[in-house]
Formats: sequence, C-alpha cells, structure tokens
Amino acid sequence: MTSNEHGHKEHHTNYMAIFWWLLALTIIEVLAGIPEASPSYPQILKASILVGFAVVKALLVALYFMHLKDEKSVLSYIALIPFVLCVFVVLMVLPDF
Amino acid sequence: MSEVASASHVVEPAETPLTPESWGKLGMWIFLAGDAMSFGTLLAGYALMRGSSENWPVPMEVLGINLTAFMTFLLIVSSVTMVKGLEAIKNGDNKGLVKFLSYTILGGAIFLGLQAYEWTHLIQSGLYIAENPHGDALFGATFYAITGFHGLHVTGGVIYLCFIAYRAKAGKYSSTNWNEVEIVGLYWHFVDLVWILVFTFIYLL
Repeated sequence: MTSNEHGHKEHHTNYMAIFWWLLALTIIEVLAGIPEASPSYPQILKASILVGFAVVKALLVALYFMHLKDEKSVLSYIALIPFVLCVFVVLMVLPDF
Repeated sequence: MSEVASASHVVEPAETPLTPESWGKLGMWIFLAGDAMSFGTLLAGYALMRGSSENWPVPMEVLGINLTAFMTFLLIVSSVTMVKGLEAIKNGDNKGLVKFLSYTILGGAIFLGLQAYEWTHLIQSGLYIAENPHGDALFGATFYAITGFHGLHVTGGVIYLCFIAYRAKAGKYSSTNWNEVEIVGLYWHFVDLVWILVFTFIYLL
C-alpha cells in the first residue's frame, strides 16, 4: 500500500516540542489537583483548569501525533463527532443529577 | 476502444473530494470515532453516578496519584516513540522504525504492569466492584470498569504493535510503504488520548 501521493502536506513537525508541552501541562494538572498544593480554591476553578488542560492535551495529541492538522478536513469532522455527541449525552442525563 | 487500451486499462474508483488517500486510515478513524463513543458514554455514566452521589470519596485520597502520573507520562512518551517510528520509516529508516516500535511496546507493557500493580494494591485495601471502604460503592464499579476497559485497549494495542513490529523486522515497510505503521500509530495515540481524559476525570477531578 502506498501513501503520500497527493494532498499530503510535507513538513517536519517538532514532536519533541509537543512532548515538552504535554509534560508541562501534565505536571501543572497534577499540581492543580493535589489538595495539599491548592488547599482552598474553589472547586469550579479547579474543574475548569483540569478539564481545559485535558482538552488542550487531547488536541495536541490529535492534531500533531495523529496528524489531523495535515489531513483532509473530513477526518477532523469524523473525529469531532463523538466529542459533540458525548457532551450531548452528559447534558441529557443532567436532570438525573 | 482498441484492444491494447482495454488490455492495459485498470478501473480506478471514482475520485471525489471525500476519497481518502488510504481506505485503511479512514477505516481506523471511523473505528476510533465509535470507540470514543464507548469511552464517552462510560465517562458520562461515571459523571452521572458521581454527581448524584452523597458520599463519593475524593479520588486523590484513595488512588495513588504519583504512580498514575508516571503512567500518564509513560503513555505520552510511548506516543512520542510511536510517531518517531513513523517518521523514521517515512525517511526509509527501517532499523529506526523497529527500534521505536520496540520502545512503544515496552512503554505499553510497563503501563499494563503498573496498572495491574495499582489494581492489586486497591483490591487488597478493600476496593471492589461492589464494595468501597471509603464511601460510595459505585466508586469501585466505575473505577474498575473504566480503567479496565482502557487497560483492555492497551493490551490489544500492545499485541497489535507486536504484530506490526514483526512485519517491520521482516522488511515489509519502506519510505513509500508505511500506511500500516501510520494506522497502528493512530490506534496507539487514541489509547494515549483516552488515558489523558480518564486520568483527568477519574483521578484528578
């Protein structure tokens, strides 16, 4: 099977830079989560930081390691659908909380 | 149509804007989208269980965060080695591909070992699927279900990677033929991505 015949962007991605970003974000996440490191700040802020950082990390992996950034956009839409649907699922069960 | 033309004529599938470069890659992405739904609904269920519970324990106090943070780091590193392996074979470096695939497999295997160690430790402390000494029994159920489901994916991924590494060692891939390597990479990055989300929602939040 051959690839890279047409439409595939060729440029060198700095994978190590992405790794350092992922590492830094993970460290900050863990520190934000430890009760001792952050004793008395509101739960909603902690949740926002943690979820926000997780989304950024997931995007870094998806866009650069999985090369979504270089692919045709139809793949990005396929990849996006489950996340939209999952938000929908969570919203649908919210009345049961 | 002349005889020469019909003898050498190959029927190509019609080109549309949606025709992918690789059907295998498209297939893997569609599979991953479905798999993401499986994890997504498990996590949504977890959110519901936790949100409507009176006595949900604080995960950081029950679970070993240091170990799991290291496991997260390990999977991220294995994703880097995976993508470096793909980069190597794109440049025709088969030895590099085999080397990086081996590192990726090693990272996955160590992750599984650490997961097993963590589970053993938790079971010994009394956390079961239907029992939780620290509070709501559903904590155990959701924890083992989600981390177990992910662990199964890592196990499958390690086996899949071994298969591809075996083919790489046999010289099946080159700078013009690396589609299968990219596809296994997609699966492995997905496993890493899911863990990033699981780590955040189950362990940290």
